[in-house]
Order: sequence, then C-alpha cells, then structure tokens
Amino acid sequence: MNLELPAILVQTALLLLLAPLLSGLIKNWKAKLQNRRGPRVWQPYFDVLKFLRKDMVISEHASWIFSVTPYVLFLTALAAGLMVPMVTARAPLSLFGGALAVVGLLALGRFFLALGGLDPASAFGGMGSSREMTIAAIAEPAMMLAVFTVAITAGSTNLSQIVLASQGPGWKFLDPAHVLAFAAMFVVLLAETGRIPVDNPATHLELTMIHEAMLLEYSGRYLALIEWGASIKQLVLMALLANIFFPVGLAADTTVAAFGLGLLFFVAKLIVLAGAVVLVETTNAKLRLFRVPDLLSTAFILAMLALVSTFLFR
Amino acid sequence: MNIQPATLLVAPLYGYVIGAVAGLLFMRREKLANVFSFGAASLSALSGVLAALFYLAGGVGTPAPQIELFPPLIPYIHFSVRLDALSAFFLMLVSLLGLAIATYSLGYAKGFFGRKNVGVLGAFFNALLLATMLVFVADNIWLFLIAWEIMALTAYCLVSFEHEQPETRDAGVLYFIMSHIDAGCIILGFLLLFQASGDYSFDSLHGIGAQMSPGKRDAAFILFLLGFGIKAGIVPFHIWLPAAHPVAPSNVSALMSGVIIKTGIYGLTRVCFDFLGTPPLWWGVTVLAVGTVSAVLGVLYALMEHDLKRLLAYHSIENIGIILMGLGAALLFLHTGHPVLAALGLIAGLYHTINHAVFKGLLFLGAGAVLHATHTRNMEEMGGLIKRMPQTAFFFLIGAVAISALPPLNGFVSEWLTYQALLQGFGTTESLWRLVFPLSGAMLALTGALAAACFVKAFGITFLAQPRSEHAAHAHEVAPSMRFGMAVLTTACVLLGLFPTAFIRLLDPVTQQLTGQQLSAQLSLADGLVLASLTEKTGTVSTLGIVLMGVCLLPIPFGLWLVFARNSKTRRGPTWDCGQRGLTPQMEYTATGFSKPIRMIFKALFQPRRDVQREYDFSPRFATKLRFESHVEEVFVQRIYRPLRILILRTSRRIRAIQAGSIHAYLLYIFITLLLLLLFAL
Repeated sequence: MNLELPAILVQTALLLLLAPLLSGLIKNWKAKLQNRRGPRVWQPYFDVLKFLRKDMVISEHASWIFSVTPYVLFLTALAAGLMVPMVTARAPLSLFGGALAVVGLLALGRFFLALGGLDPASAFGGMGSSREMTIAAIAEPAMMLAVFTVAITAGSTNLSQIVLASQGPGWKFLDPAHVLAFAAMFVVLLAETGRIPVDNPATHLELTMIHEAMLLEYSGRYLALIEWGASIKQLVLMALLANIFFPVGLAADTTVAAFGLGLLFFVAKLIVLAGAVVLVETTNAKLRLFRVPDLLSTAFILAMLALVSTFLFR
Repeated sequence: MNIQPATLLVAPLYGYVIGAVAGLLFMRREKLANVFSFGAASLSALSGVLAALFYLAGGVGTPAPQIELFPPLIPYIHFSVRLDALSAFFLMLVSLLGLAIATYSLGYAKGFFGRKNVGVLGAFFNALLLATMLVFVADNIWLFLIAWEIMALTAYCLVSFEHEQPETRDAGVLYFIMSHIDAGCIILGFLLLFQASGDYSFDSLHGIGAQMSPGKRDAAFILFLLGFGIKAGIVPFHIWLPAAHPVAPSNVSALMSGVIIKTGIYGLTRVCFDFLGTPPLWWGVTVLAVGTVSAVLGVLYALMEHDLKRLLAYHSIENIGIILMGLGAALLFLHTGHPVLAALGLIAGLYHTINHAVFKGLLFLGAGAVLHATHTRNMEEMGGLIKRMPQTAFFFLIGAVAISALPPLNGFVSEWLTYQALLQGFGTTESLWRLVFPLSGAMLALTGALAAACFVKAFGITFLAQPRSEHAAHAHEVAPSMRFGMAVLTTACVLLGLFPTAFIRLLDPVTQQLTGQQLSAQLSLADGLVLASLTEKTGTVSTLGIVLMGVCLLPIPFGLWLVFARNSKTRRGPTWDCGQRGLTPQMEYTATGFSKPIRMIFKALFQPRRDVQREYDFSPRFATKLRFESHVEEVFVQRIYRPLRILILRTSRRIRAIQAGSIHAYLLYIFITLLLLLLFAL
C-alpha cells in the first residue's frame, strides 16, 4: 500500500480552498441571471473567516451532540472528498473506500446534522431534520442505482477504477446508460446540496427551510465549520458527477504539467456544472415539499432505465 | 491445564441447567435467585463464547467435537450434540449475547423485586438460553425439534411474564400460535428429508436433496422457508414479532430479537446450504425477494412507531430482510455455479447476522434502561435523557449509528459486503433475472437511508432536547451491571466494525463447510487494514482507515480554532423562541411529527387514519379544545389476518355443533373415523 502524502495534501488543500469559491460562483451567477449585482465571488471565504472569529451562543438545552456535529460534518465531507478522483485519475485514498464509502460518509454527516437540529429543542430544527432525512431517504435509491449502473459497466465500486475504466477502450462516451444515469445523478445532486427546486438555500422563512432550519441555532466557529463542510460536500458531489461521467483530462501521471492540465480541465468541468445548477435554480420555482418525491422518483426511474439500457445495448 | 473443546461445549449446557434449578430453588429469596441464576447464565455463556472461538480460530480442518449427552432412553432419539463450523458460529452469537444480557439482567431484574418472581424469570431465562444453544448444536432431527419446542415454550412464558396486562397476554397467545405453525412446517419438512435418508442424524442428511425428486425437494424448501421464515419474522408472517418482542421484559426482548429470530436464519442456512443441494433458480430469487420486501416494509413500519421497543422490533424484521438478501444472493450464485461468489454472499449474510445480534441486543438493552428509568415505552414522553443518563445515551448512539449502516461501525461493513455480492451478481448470468441484483441493491439503499431517518428520530426524540414528561425529567442513570452489559455489546459493535478482516478469518471454516471456499485471504488487503471484495479492482473499503483519516484531518478544524477563534467566547443562551416567553417541551418536535413526511409520501401503503375533534365557541379557527388522533394499521393485519381470524372463529362456531356433549355421539365419531381409516388402509 503506498499512500502518497503529497497527493493527499494537495487534494485536501484543493477541497478546502475550492469549495467556498464554487459556492460563491453559483451565488454570484445566480444574482447576475436575476439582474442583481450579487455578492462577490470571494464572499464565502470572508463569511467563513468572519464566522470563525465570532463569539458563540449555544442553546442551554443542547448536549455534546450539538458540539460534535460541526466536526463530524466537516471531517466526513473532507474524508469523502479524498476518495473521489478530482485532478488525477487516482484519488489519494481510494483504497480506503469507493462510491459506497463516499455515500456512507456523507450520510454519517447528515445523521449528526439532523441530530444537531433536534438537540436545541426548537421545533424549527426538528422540522428541518425530519425533512432532510426524508428527502435523503428517497434520493438515496436513485443515487445508488445510478452509481450501480456505472459500477457495473466498470466492474468496480472504486471510483478511481471507474474513472480508469472509462478512459480505457470500449467505453462509449454517449452510452445511453450513462446519459440517463447522469440525468438521475444531477437531480440527486440538486436534492443533496439543497438547491432549488428541492430546497432554497437563500430562504429566510423558517417554515420553508430544510437545510438552513437545522443550522438556526448554530453560530460562530461551529457555523463556519458547517457552512464550509456543506460547501465541501457540494464540491465532492460535483466532482463525482464531473469525473465519472466526463472522464476527460484527468492527470494520468504525477508530473506538474499533467497536474496543471488536469486542474484546468477539472475547473472547467466544475464551471459547466455550476452553470447548469444556476440555470436550473433561476428557471425553476421551489417545489412544494410533497412534490419533491415526484421529482426524485423521476430520478429513480431514469436510473432504472439507465440500468435496463446497459442490458439492452450490449 | 489442557481444556478440551468438548468440555467447553458441554459446560454451558450444564451451567444453564444449574442456573435454571437455582432460580427455582431460591424462588422465595429473590436476591439469591437473581445472583445465582443470572450469574450462572453469564458464566455458561462465557464458556460458550470460548468454545466457539477456540473452534473457529482453529481454522479449517479442526475436528468437530461430538458428544452424546446421555444414553438414549428410546430408540432413534439420540441426545448427541456436535460443534461444526456453522454451529460454532451461531454458538458464538448466542453466547456473546447471552453473556452481555445475563450480566445486564443482574441489575435489570432488581426492578422486579417485590413485584414479580425473579426466580421464575431467571429459570426461564436459563432454559431459553439452553434450548437455543441446543438448537444450534443439535446433531439430529429429534434433538433439534425437541430443543426447538422447548425454545418456543420458554420464550412464550417469558413473553407472558408480565401477564397482568391484557396486551401482554394477547401478544403471548399470538406468539404461541405462530411458533407452533412454524414448528409444524419444520416437522413436515424434516419428514420429507427423512423419507429420503432413512436416518435422523444431520450427517446422513448432508446433500440429501440430490436423492429427492424435484417436487419433494421444492416442497421441502417451501416448508422450511415458511417454518424458519415465521421464526425469523419475514413479511408477511411477521405480525407476532412487533407484538411479542416489546411486551417481554427488556432483557428477554434483547435475547429474542438478537438471537431467537436468528434460529430461523440458522435453520434456513443449514437446510439450504447443507441439506438440499444445488438450488434451482427460483429459490434464490424467492429468498432475495422476500428479503427485500421484509427489509423495506420493516423499516417503513418502524418509522411509524413511537413506542421505542416496537420500533426496535420492526427493525428486526428489516435486518432479517437484509440477512436474507445476502443468503438469497448466495443461493443464486450456487445455482449459476459460482461458489466463490456464493461464499461472499454467505459471508455478507452471516456477518450481518452477528452484527444485527450485537447492535439490536445493545439497542434493546438501551431501551430497557430507558424504560427502567422513565417507566414508559412511549417516545413522546421522553427527551433530554442524554443529560440524565449520559452513558446509556452514548451506548444507544453507537447502536443507532451501527444499525443505520453508517461508517465506520459494523452495520456498514456487512451492508457493504451485501452490496458487493449483489453488484458482482450482475455479471454471473445473461438472463433477465440479473436485474434483480441492482434492484434489490437500490432497495437496500432505501432501507439504509430510512433506517438512518428512523434512528435520528429514535435517538433524537428520546435522548435530546427537553424532557417531555415528569418521568423523563427525573430519570437517573441505571445500575453498573446494566451499563456493563451494554458496554460489552458496544465494544463488539466497534470491534466488528473496525476489524472486519480479522473477523472474516473466523468465518473461513463456515464457508469451507457450506461452499467449499475460503475467502479471507482474498478479502483482505494491506495486512488486513483494507477489506476488498475478492480483488482490489472490484472495490475496497477500510473502516479503520477512515477512522485514522478522520483523526489525521482533525488538526484542520482545531487549527482553525486556534488561529482564528482563540479570543472568541462561548456562552449559553436560550433557544430562539420567536420572541415568545421561552420554549416549553410541548413546543418541541414530536416523534409522530418527525415521521409525518414519510407517512404522507407512502400513504398508499400506510393508509393513515386521523381523527380530529374541535370544540369551539364562535369559529373553528379559535378552538378551545382540540383532540387529535392518528393511527396507522398494518395492511397485512387489515387485509389478511383479521379476515382470517374472523373466518376461523366463524368456522369453529359451526364445528361446535357436532360437539354436543353426548358421549354416545363421540363414540360414534370415533367408530366412523376408525372405519374410514381402515378403508383408507385397504
């Protein structure tokens, strides 16, 4: 087993630094599309720094679960990120887990966040937790089925192996199975990252909140960790989508030139995906909570069709 | 001193007998009865754990100790026990749980002092452990069936232990009926096998399926699936499980959910992999489908519960389903001729079997501790217990994370193995049937995510926020012996989660016995740090690696704290109350409210009934009094069991007409029956 320390360090740094930028980019573009000037692209960095410096107020009803949650959320997102190939085809810690571990780690973070929402005895937090866990539950099968489709064609659940297989011969770029699975995964991405039409990240009304409702009682450096962790999670899921379905330009060796080119491709893919998210967010209205299952079951059907088409087009 | 494995095997059997006798002897001295019966049970269970571990750690080829307990009293009936690999695995399971639960009971039974007879509880507890152990090590059909029946009867007595409540009596009777239906199916199944072999010993039944006609073989399979399935609690024969497990004393619930339902899994594994030979396609598909349906429906009904112990009981159905997914996949692979994959499916199923035993045992013990402290099973009256019972809360949290299949604990490992078995199954056949693998995989994902939702609810509503009742507000941490019992199982959860490759080495003899394959070398990478699914290419995971990674990344958030937040202060304040004057426990989110979205989404299945009554003076918007009732009834009870019960009652009422009370009429019946039988014999 050879763990390459530089690769781990580089990917960790990339995850930490790129994630707020991606959130800022989406916010900025969304504002532009809506004829607003919007916050600067760098704003999320300033937010995190500001939150880190602030004093904290912790609810008197909260227990240690409340304090542990930000760390769990932050670390699970980061750990999951180290298993996803981003710039190089080999993720630094892909040996420690593949697609299933990534999904599991993100679920662990969500589990604690939902507990953290219930802990301060506020009804808003409980409502957020309940909705978050429900939506996650119906998004999960669609996501898994889409992952399975890719895993079956690649013969592996290991994300690096999947990417390597997709660079090899015999991999059809516009395979109907992959197109359908990508569509399913994109819907799941919207749900998992709390985007319109599933959740509105910019809402200020507690009753419509899902993700934000769980964070209402958090402040100071805990809030910073949660916000940062959530944006890392978003980056991880986007990287997953970008590199599994469009495995172009991933660095095959560890030379600086290959790495730079890989980084360039990676950022380009992220920009395209972010643009797609922005388009969806501006052209759609938030769905009523009980319409969300319809959307997610559509994703499930798409993934199912993807699976059947691996069977048909062989 | 040289301890023979045979001695270790027999010791617990006698130990349980001593414990049972001691319980009965000291019936009037409850303290002595408590110490002696549960003490004997703990020591016997420890000896059982050692026997199983010695055998399994010996690796493949260790001779199976076989002992005749006492000379046969009647021809045919041999009281011989044998410890082969499969028996040893299940012996380990029952003994590990027995050890933890018996220790826990030392403290738990004190709650019955002066109220109930602890001696009787201890005696039946020992008898149940004895019978369950005998089921696992019995070497012939007779002993197996006798032990099976004793197990059912003692379990019935324990379920009905608090028989003062009508709910308990009803549940006991239901359990009694269902366990006799399953015994009936199993007896019929074994009769079919006996017809082919002509001998009662399990040795002679090995691979007997090859000598049977396909029709009889299928009939035997169906009978065994029904019989063992009822015991395991598969849907739609599960209705006794959520009725019987919650009403039993919590230590018994833990034993029943942890171990007794696993006798069904043991029986099914023994029969399908050892006796019946290469299975046809539909066996595997059936088991896989039954498993998938049980898993999804089990967790969905669990979500609707706000009775903590009923919720856990429904999760047992879910987990039995997950175990059956692994076993069903293994049967399919045996059919398609992939013994290596069959071994992988078997490992997944058996790993989940022990995992479920451990975390469900732990959760039931935790629920018992909560019940002990708050005197209620209703989650809506709990809350805030994490501050009053911090250690119990911690143990329960570990169990909750484990059962939700979240890394790095043991539930994740066995579900990972199940996913791998299912995914690799896709390539084993060209037929359309291969779609069942990824589909059941997707349902497994749904199950896992719903289980996580359910345990956020179970833990969050029970232990977090403000106490919702006086009882919860005045709860105290439970006795040290109870905490010790939970700590044992918590440790087992963590160890089984972090060191899967070491545990899979213990499973080598089992897979060797049943499929002729040993996979521990193929499943282990990097000196056992990484768990691989057969090869490095198909997928790897390392729970220990994930934990180490988390520890290594921990300096980042702490570094941020030190660099930026050194001067920031933390203070306690009230939760945001929208400008009202403080939050009351009544304003908290409830368990029923938490699962409402799921209830709405799956309302076609649940068909929830709600009943709202408003009393108002001038407008319904300003109600003076509001009564809300919400109820979810199982569709199986509604559509199958209730009509069935009505039918049976109606038929019996008709039949009662021939029971006139006149002895002459009865003599006539006997005469006619005899005549008919004689005619039939001609």
